[in-house]
Amino acid sequence: MRLVNRRPGREAALVLSLLPFLLLVLAYLWGSAVRLAENPADKLLPWPSTILETLRGLAFEPDRRTGQLVFWADTLASLGRLGSGLAIAAATGAVLGLAIGLIPIAGALLSSFAAAAAMIPPLAILPILLIVLGTGEASKIGLVALGTAPVLVRDVALRVRDLPEELLVKAQTLGASTWHLAARIAAPLVAPRLLDALRLQLGPAWLFLIAAEAIAATEGLGYRIFLVRRYLAMDVILPYVAWITLLAFAGDRLLAWIARRLFPWAKAGA
Amino acid sequence: MSRIEVRGLWKSYGERVVLERIDLTIEPGSLVAIVGASGCGKSTFLRILLGVERPSRGRVLLDGAPLPPEPGPDRGIVFQRYTVFPHLTVLDNALLGLELRASRVFGRLFGARRRRARERAAAMLARVGLAEALDALPHELSGGMQQRLALAQALLAEPRVLLLDEPFGALDPGSRGEAQALLLELWEERGTTVILVTHDLPEAFRLGTRVLVFDRVRRDPHAPERYGATVTYDLPGHNRARSPRAPAAERASPRGGPP
Repeated sequence: MRLVNRRPGREAALVLSLLPFLLLVLAYLWGSAVRLAENPADKLLPWPSTILETLRGLAFEPDRRTGQLVFWADTLASLGRLGSGLAIAAATGAVLGLAIGLIPIAGALLSSFAAAAAMIPPLAILPILLIVLGTGEASKIGLVALGTAPVLVRDVALRVRDLPEELLVKAQTLGASTWHLAARIAAPLVAPRLLDALRLQLGPAWLFLIAAEAIAATEGLGYRIFLVRRYLAMDVILPYVAWITLLAFAGDRLLAWIARRLFPWAKAGA
Repeated sequence: MSRIEVRGLWKSYGERVVLERIDLTIEPGSLVAIVGASGCGKSTFLRILLGVERPSRGRVLLDGAPLPPEPGPDRGIVFQRYTVFPHLTVLDNALLGLELRASRVFGRLFGARRRRARERAAAMLARVGLAEALDALPHELSGGMQQRLALAQALLAEPRVLLLDEPFGALDPGSRGEAQALLLELWEERGTTVILVTHDLPEAFRLGTRVLVFDRVRRDPHAPERYGATVTYDLPGHNRARSPRAPAAERASPRGGPP
């Protein structure tokens, strides 16, 4: 039988999907064991028990200086910034995208500008944000928003233009004004697409967040990683990276779940 | 019920002439079927009536006044595809026109006004056989049910003219027959002027009080795009349910027709 026609069963598929994770863990354990055998004080590949011990301290013992539970304070700070930035970007994407896609005059006015703005590397304007907005929360939220909004604006605009002309004409024959078309027809029809685009922007959003936190912050997951880098504290960096990955994955699943709940009609491929 | 007059209509895209020399008067309350080969411009003609395309030359008058250059509630439409809103339930689809015209800001009705509109919409949906499916989403309906919903939705807006663009073309023979019979009943009840574009000749003669055939009469073999289509045959249809020119008193109109 050809390889392209051999399909794994349910259990086999599960085992196969877990295999890469297992291999990674085994490779790590092997590397860690080898290095620790040579030098028990090695910091590069700490044994899992060391990592868990450090993590327990960060998560459950108040910091001596600030009295905070560092791990949770970092998580809350980062998620707050990420959520605020993405919310601003999504609102911008919805409003500008609908305007550009639905109203030809707004499209002529803004679509080239949006295309050009989307080409600006967001990290290149981070210094500008820091100068203009200061080193507080605004510059970090601003970077996440500025970095993800242009893609969302363009995606929503394209989706609106892709809507079947028939539906928009039909709505007008039922008495719809431009505002009605935007609010009752186009917005709900592209909302599932906006959530999809938002899911794809979660990766870039974390990138911008960690970059901003690395440069100017006093708490946050990205801040912590770059702070302890100086001490080669892999026992902090590794669980933080895993935790960020898990949060990003959970965010993706959450958005997918929201889309399924809110837009049961979208799965029909309409 | 409205009269449509088409005077000296041409439509061309650059060098390509699609329609030429069309002069027509469509009597109030008639059901005019337009047939022709694909590419003969019958859909373009419908799009001009709809207000999506504009004539290159000539005029279209609706009850003596020039046609507004954009789609509006005076002209209803049922397309072959994308004909109902996929994100709204059957009831909300039917309610949409009532809500949009009554509420400029929200495009929604609340409380007692919504209840009254809901009753009207539900009655219309019962009339087209969708009483059991009020809360269904369009993708859960069959093609025939979707087209019946589209008819109900368009008629609830009480258009002066109902335009149908191959509305039954994608249906299986059984549901097509049902939908055609329903269209005839609704037309007789309400007396709305109907223009039906179809490529199905038997359907055109069965439903139409009048059948217009679009075709090219002039041909230039070296430049096939030089000349457009026009009305080549203007025939009476087999639909004798009501003469379009008959006085209003003779018309069987149990619901009194649209105002």
